[in-house]
Amino acid sequence: MKYIDEFRNENTAISLSKNIASLAKGHDTITIMEVCGSHTMSVYKYGLKKLLPQNIRLLSGPGCPVCVTPVSYIDTAISILHKYTNNGANNNNITIATFGDLMKVPGSYSSLENEKSKGAHVAVVYSTLDALRLAKRHPERCVIFMAIGFETTAPTVAASVIEAEKRGLKNYFLLTSHKIMPPVMKSLLNSRELNINGFLCPAHVSTIIGSKPYEFIARDYNITCVIAGFEPLDILYGIYMLLEQIIKKEPCVNIQYSRVVKPEGNPTALALLDKIFEPYDAEWRGMGVIPESGLKLKSRYERFDALTLMQNKSEIRNLKSEIKGCMCGDILRGVKTPNECKLFRKVCNPEHPVGACMVSSEGTCAAYYKYGE
Amino acid sequence: MCLALPMKLIKNNGITGIAELGGLQREIGLQLLENVNVGDYIIVHAGYAIQKLDLIEASKTIALFESMGYPHEIHR
Repeated sequence: MKYIDEFRNENTAISLSKNIASLAKGHDTITIMEVCGSHTMSVYKYGLKKLLPQNIRLLSGPGCPVCVTPVSYIDTAISILHKYTNNGANNNNITIATFGDLMKVPGSYSSLENEKSKGAHVAVVYSTLDALRLAKRHPERCVIFMAIGFETTAPTVAASVIEAEKRGLKNYFLLTSHKIMPPVMKSLLNSRELNINGFLCPAHVSTIIGSKPYEFIARDYNITCVIAGFEPLDILYGIYMLLEQIIKKEPCVNIQYSRVVKPEGNPTALALLDKIFEPYDAEWRGMGVIPESGLKLKSRYERFDALTLMQNKSEIRNLKSEIKGCMCGDILRGVKTPNECKLFRKVCNPEHPVGACMVSSEGTCAAYYKYGE
Repeated sequence: MCLALPMKLIKNNGITGIAELGGLQREIGLQLLENVNVGDYIIVHAGYAIQKLDLIEASKTIALFESMGYPHEIHR
């Protein structure tokens, strides 16, 4: 496939790996955090760890939207379903539209998959275009789209709001839990739990936001950032670029994925985000509330908020219990690896996930499980 | 979840279009891009084009990989 296969060439990968080894030779351990779950998946899928010398350590970060979705978000969705299904068939008019990855994520007492098996209307969609189609086809139902994702996905949701407004779709709603990356990276750096030398920054988040939002990391924390694509050669070359800057001790932000990422990002998408959403202090699974790290609907678009379907907040059944023994939070912060979790493989596996890092196909635990680290 | 693939735009209807990858065609949203034309390669995420692929930069990156040296012992 054009513009994909060129970035998966095995011989070039081996050549890049030798160049990395020669650059890293004689240096102390260099730790690089790949912030994004899609990078983690590529690293495991293509066996890239085996192509790196022993003194380069890759650490997975918090960039997996499903993994960081808090228990309370799933509980809220299920509370809305229950309110409208427990009151008899006449009121049973809620359809939840969601990306497939969220289906198995455990809330504190149920999951969307579990609710679907009990008869609730839960539809897996590929995009907000599908959710809009559902709303148009079923004017008698309220279609609630589970709006999760980072800066990559949020503009597609913003576009759906504009479209729903234009088409006069009064039965389209969002349950939002959008997150943004730079504040969580800042929070990781401030916690001082992490000892890293560089960030491999997300490819498609940066497609939207550009390279400028990472500049404070190089300037204030002396940590080098490289925005790399998700193909194996992009990642290897991104690591090579990181090493060059780390060794020179000249922290900066560089773009490896220049065929897609521009310093200014995507101005059309950014303008749309700004029109529909505003930042707020958001909760991350296992990491608590991080200042200005989420996006919520602006008051002008409040009528799209699925929470307006609940008359009062007390109707939301939220047990707030983090799951006992689950180390997702520590793993998302890069301070523990799945092998250090007592539940990993024994109780928690892809068939019966306990924590969200095992549910999402790009969660660190799922990658460790599948590729057997 | 932030995966996105390069697809070729084969039809532009304004707000939406049809894009193709490996023989597979899909309707995609075009609201997030300006000045996109049939024949352009676009990066598609969750049903929307989020950026155009810069063909010149793509060739530069490939040329850079190749210029990094190609250890002779791995020639087949």
